[in-house]
Amino acid sequence: MEEHWHRRLLEGRSGLFAALTTVAISIGGLVEIVPMFTVGHGHDAVMPEPYTPLEVAGRDIYVREGCMVCHSQMVRPFRDETLRYGEWSHAAEYSWDRPFLLGSRRIGPDLHRVGGKYPDAWHYEHMKDPRSTSPGSIMPTYDWLIDWKIDPVDVQQSLVALNRLGTPYTEEQLTNTEAALRVDADPIVESMKAAEIEVEWDDEIVAITAYLQRLGTDRPSLHKEDSP
Amino acid sequence: MGESALSERQHPYDDEIVKKFVVATVFWAMAAMSVGALLALQLAWWPANMGIPQLTFGRLRPIHTNGVVFAFTANFVFAGIYYSTQRLLKVRMYSDLMSRIHFWGWQGMLVTTVVSLMMGHTQSKEYAEMIWPIDVAIAVFFLTFAFNFALTIKNRKVEHLYVALWFYISFVITIPVLHVVNNLVVPANLFRSYPVYAGMTDALVQWWYGHNAVGFLLTTPILGLMYYFLPKAAERPVYSYRLSIIHFWALVFMYIWAGPHHLLYSALPDWAQTLGMVFSVMLLAPSWGGMLNGLLTLRGAWDRVRTDHVLKFMVVAVSFYGMSTFEGPMMSIRAVSALSHYTNWVVGHVHSGALGWVGMMGFGTLYWLVPRLWHKPLHSDSLATTHFWMATVGVVLYTVAMWGAGLTEGLMWRAIDDAGQLQYPIFVQIVAELEPFYWVRLIGGSIYLCGVFVMAYNFTRTVWAPEPVGAVIPQPAK
Repeated sequence: MEEHWHRRLLEGRSGLFAALTTVAISIGGLVEIVPMFTVGHGHDAVMPEPYTPLEVAGRDIYVREGCMVCHSQMVRPFRDETLRYGEWSHAAEYSWDRPFLLGSRRIGPDLHRVGGKYPDAWHYEHMKDPRSTSPGSIMPTYDWLIDWKIDPVDVQQSLVALNRLGTPYTEEQLTNTEAALRVDADPIVESMKAAEIEVEWDDEIVAITAYLQRLGTDRPSLHKEDSP
Repeated sequence: MGESALSERQHPYDDEIVKKFVVATVFWAMAAMSVGALLALQLAWWPANMGIPQLTFGRLRPIHTNGVVFAFTANFVFAGIYYSTQRLLKVRMYSDLMSRIHFWGWQGMLVTTVVSLMMGHTQSKEYAEMIWPIDVAIAVFFLTFAFNFALTIKNRKVEHLYVALWFYISFVITIPVLHVVNNLVVPANLFRSYPVYAGMTDALVQWWYGHNAVGFLLTTPILGLMYYFLPKAAERPVYSYRLSIIHFWALVFMYIWAGPHHLLYSALPDWAQTLGMVFSVMLLAPSWGGMLNGLLTLRGAWDRVRTDHVLKFMVVAVSFYGMSTFEGPMMSIRAVSALSHYTNWVVGHVHSGALGWVGMMGFGTLYWLVPRLWHKPLHSDSLATTHFWMATVGVVLYTVAMWGAGLTEGLMWRAIDDAGQLQYPIFVQIVAELEPFYWVRLIGGSIYLCGVFVMAYNFTRTVWAPEPVGAVIPQPAK
């Protein structure tokens, strides 16, 4: 084979070759990712409130069970999606999402606007037996969420880590996490009791319900109505 | 000829490490794909979740995906790289100890991953679900391999680096970068952590990682293996050296930009979505450069594809590579993504790449390696051909079923009636329509899986056969 310049200068020099490869694979990532740290969330953004300790506990359960494997949390700006789910999703709504849970597959419906769509008791029945509330559903039963308990120490560790990353939690929430959890759990326990369902404040079903009922309630249009 | 003994003295390569990775590849292929078949069953028939937390779809799915990516594919890639690098550089791996630390560390990491994911310990980011202590282990063992590989290159007896090595180098450099950047977290405890990125930034970093895991683990190292093993099996030189240079540099430069095509019509800024789409479409060119270079390498050797099962697998693999690298750019166009995103179409696309390209290249390479590594003729050529047809029929059934399912759900989700309302407002009504497709997919996947079991049986009989007398044994490369 005839001798090419690059053969001598490049493909015989492993260090230079590796360096140029590193440059080639770095440019795209830098151009796309670095601006994300500077652009913020757009000018009309309203920062939502951070997740409450109970919602954090529920979100951790959501992640543990892999809910995001089958459910997206990203309503696209299409007519059919806004009809089916509600207002499309905005970047600012995800401000406290660590990790993000957009999902990549809709084996089940999108959940970004599920908050407030059903009563608390619906979520209890749905986790216990998805077919009781959604005939024909192929979702597995999650009845263990009714039996298993959240551990305040575990939630506390999550809050401390999130706080370290900049999510503002009060000293009270970080030190007396159990009390903070109870405050948010009590209304859910009460609303379930009204539907003749007995649950305790530290049942996992309460935490996951708190998280699901929070989802999508930060949509900017709601905040605009609230603002003076 | 007695050449094998002679060449071992002349070039004392470490083939024991290759054997280890070959065995691991076959084991994990069976394990990871069996989990896939169970997942397919769970979608067709939900009671297969069995009411056991550790076996529900949500927890098993990452075991399947990570099993295929980091267990089956990575072990196969490592086997091929350890075998070919030593021969291309005419030198033994720099350190046998580092090779073994890499091997056992990697397998230990995989077992820990399976157990921890079943227990629900996950970071949730796709193909990066492993919790932070496992991420540390991945970094340590991969870097052990990377140093061993780099020092082997430094020790090389051949100055010029062959095409295959360029692709290996891009793999060795890029994987640690992707892995570390996407897994920067603050731990809450041993099992849980939170990423330093939030919201859409986290999403972008994840899909920069996720797409390039496809690019730099499922594509570039396997293209490198294609450049080594396909010419070997075809006994023909690579079609075009110039084309390989152009498509290599274009591929590694462009791939890294394509991640945002996973976030089209999301809350990601428009400019990032557009960049992702444009680069994804452009990727068609370097991808097809590789496909054409592979297929044209067979010029004048096409008759051998009829009889040589190694070439059979590789030709179908490269064809699937061409098909899925055409489909991918098309799905990255906003208007197509609007229909395909969130549907089974994406699942079908991934599997035409994973089963068609990665799997078939893996099998072809294994059929080439096993007789040469164990110095025994393959137990049965006809079983190998049977495996080939099972794999081909399986992947075609799978892909077609997922196209059907994806189009069905995508079109039903968006159907609007004359009154301007949703034609199918009840989501589970659409889910029910997918059941027949799910069964066909399960059948296709199971045929493919059974083919892997046939291969494992064939290899077991080959390895355990008594020392052959007077048989024609394929020789390892020098």
